[in-house]
Amino acid sequence: MATPFQVRSAAIAGAPPKRTYRGLARFMRNRAAVFGALLVALVVAMALLAPWLTPYDPLQASFMTVRQAPSAAHWFGTDELGRDVLSRLLFGARASLLAGVVSVGIAVLLGVPLGLLAGYFGRLVDGVISRIADALLSIPFLILAIALSAFLGPSLVNAMAAIGISAMPRFIRLTRGQAISVKAEEYVEGARAIGLDHARIIVRYILPNVLPPIIVQGSLTVASAIIAEASLSFLGLGQLPPAPSWGSMLNTAKDFVSQAPWMSIFPGIAIFLAVLGFNLLGDGLRDALDPRES
Amino acid sequence: MLPIIANRLLVAVPTLILVSMLIFGLQKLLPGDPVLAMAGEDQDAQVIATLRVKYHLDQPVPKQYAIWVSDVVHGNLGSSLRTDVPVRFLIAQKLPVTLQLALMAMVLAIGIGIPAGVVSAASRGGPLDHAANIAALSGMSIPNFWLGIMLIFIVSVRWHLLPSSGYVPPSEDLWLSIKTMLMPAFVLGAALGAQLMRHTRSAMLGVLRTDYIRTARAKGLLRGAVVVKHAFRNALIPIVTVLALLFGELLAGAVLTEQVFTIPGFGKLVVDAVFNRDYPVVQGVVLVTALAFIVVNLCADVLYMLLNPRLRRS
Repeated sequence: MATPFQVRSAAIAGAPPKRTYRGLARFMRNRAAVFGALLVALVVAMALLAPWLTPYDPLQASFMTVRQAPSAAHWFGTDELGRDVLSRLLFGARASLLAGVVSVGIAVLLGVPLGLLAGYFGRLVDGVISRIADALLSIPFLILAIALSAFLGPSLVNAMAAIGISAMPRFIRLTRGQAISVKAEEYVEGARAIGLDHARIIVRYILPNVLPPIIVQGSLTVASAIIAEASLSFLGLGQLPPAPSWGSMLNTAKDFVSQAPWMSIFPGIAIFLAVLGFNLLGDGLRDALDPRES
Repeated sequence: MLPIIANRLLVAVPTLILVSMLIFGLQKLLPGDPVLAMAGEDQDAQVIATLRVKYHLDQPVPKQYAIWVSDVVHGNLGSSLRTDVPVRFLIAQKLPVTLQLALMAMVLAIGIGIPAGVVSAASRGGPLDHAANIAALSGMSIPNFWLGIMLIFIVSVRWHLLPSSGYVPPSEDLWLSIKTMLMPAFVLGAALGAQLMRHTRSAMLGVLRTDYIRTARAKGLLRGAVVVKHAFRNALIPIVTVLALLFGELLAGAVLTEQVFTIPGFGKLVVDAVFNRDYPVVQGVVLVTALAFIVVNLCADVLYMLLNPRLRRS
């Protein structure tokens, strides 16, 4: 015969699909969120299909086509070395997307376990982890990323690590807060009462219930990370030339703004649309997964 | 209220200690031996030994940290490796420029973001609300350095309305100083104003749903009076905290804005230091930024308590 705890666990285990479908339906009704998802899909497609979408090599300089205005041959014009701006934009999507996803991955992989430990165990563990998060939060995101990039050396990989470490405390704070409220739930008390160990309680009962806000935060942080990567590359601390990235394209373009404005216009629009997409997606996910917040 | 403030101060102490450890630890991330880099091509053993003693690198790491903290507490942030000018002088020279930029950006952001948030909440679901939301989301998604480049192209290069770069101290020519800073301040304040609008809208919507607002409306008070006099005053309380949190973003945004508009401020100092591998300057800037952020947050906590009568009584 099933114990009351098993009955409740079964009920909980059965709950997520229903909640997911309801959330998905809510998401699909939200036109802004769907538009955001489409923008994100467009950026992903640009990054994946870049070699097939353009006949030009993004690194191939041509002194015959230096700073040419948009034309039928070069839809977005060419840059100061005669390279096709559209090709560089398409390949640059890879750096931006990679930086966004990898740095958020680093932040989640480090921040969520620390937040779970702080929220679940409380007391000294919470005190130490929360103070570390406070210390990291007291240094503005970009300043910390710049300082880390400066000391680690300029490269896309180091920029991603710097952005990931700088974004980590947001996930520690968020997960800790969620874990504190979830651990007071009856089913966690039940799990404790039947003698499950801490690790299993955290992984099986706390983690699944703190995931929705982490997914929302993740999407919004990808948007911040894309801007942060573009900012670091713009400062010369991210993707190094000649490899394309939207930020480094703007870094060069700023010196030619009056002679070749197309060099600045298109990478900026690309960053704007990618960030807008992830922001709309994040807002839509929040409304879909937690309607109380909307 | 005093015990709460004392508690906040106590919490700030370990945070400060950890921040100092983090900033000190940054130099340990450097690949290779910094003394070998400083000793030049000759790599004279005598010079290397002298440099090690001079920079206390012959001491164990905890002792090096203790010496560094003691120096910092006494206002000694070290000297620039490039110019040998004390870091605290460099910071004192550049900080007022960035503070002027940040202050103007803050004024613009508050002046646009808060009224837009109030109007948006008061006309929820209407065309004004939609327009304000689209503007806010766009403001948050536009990279400020790109906005700066585009404004330079349109406002300065095409229309010749405002200077495209540089800095004029207010003591020299107040009007020209404001004119030069207007575009950078707008660029820096745009994202802040957008976030402020969203927070104000959210806070106002929360307050507008409460019973006392319904009572005020039922008593026949004018809609505008209810929104401004009753709802806005209470919605303002959480906005104070948000403003303090956004202060950090303002400092970070200043780094890029100063770079685009060639403003010789705090942000330009750190970027130049990064490229010159002038690590004491980078450390000094990060330390002062973190300290400013902690102090602003403490002030916001106190202000929050002063504005909120329930917290004041507790």
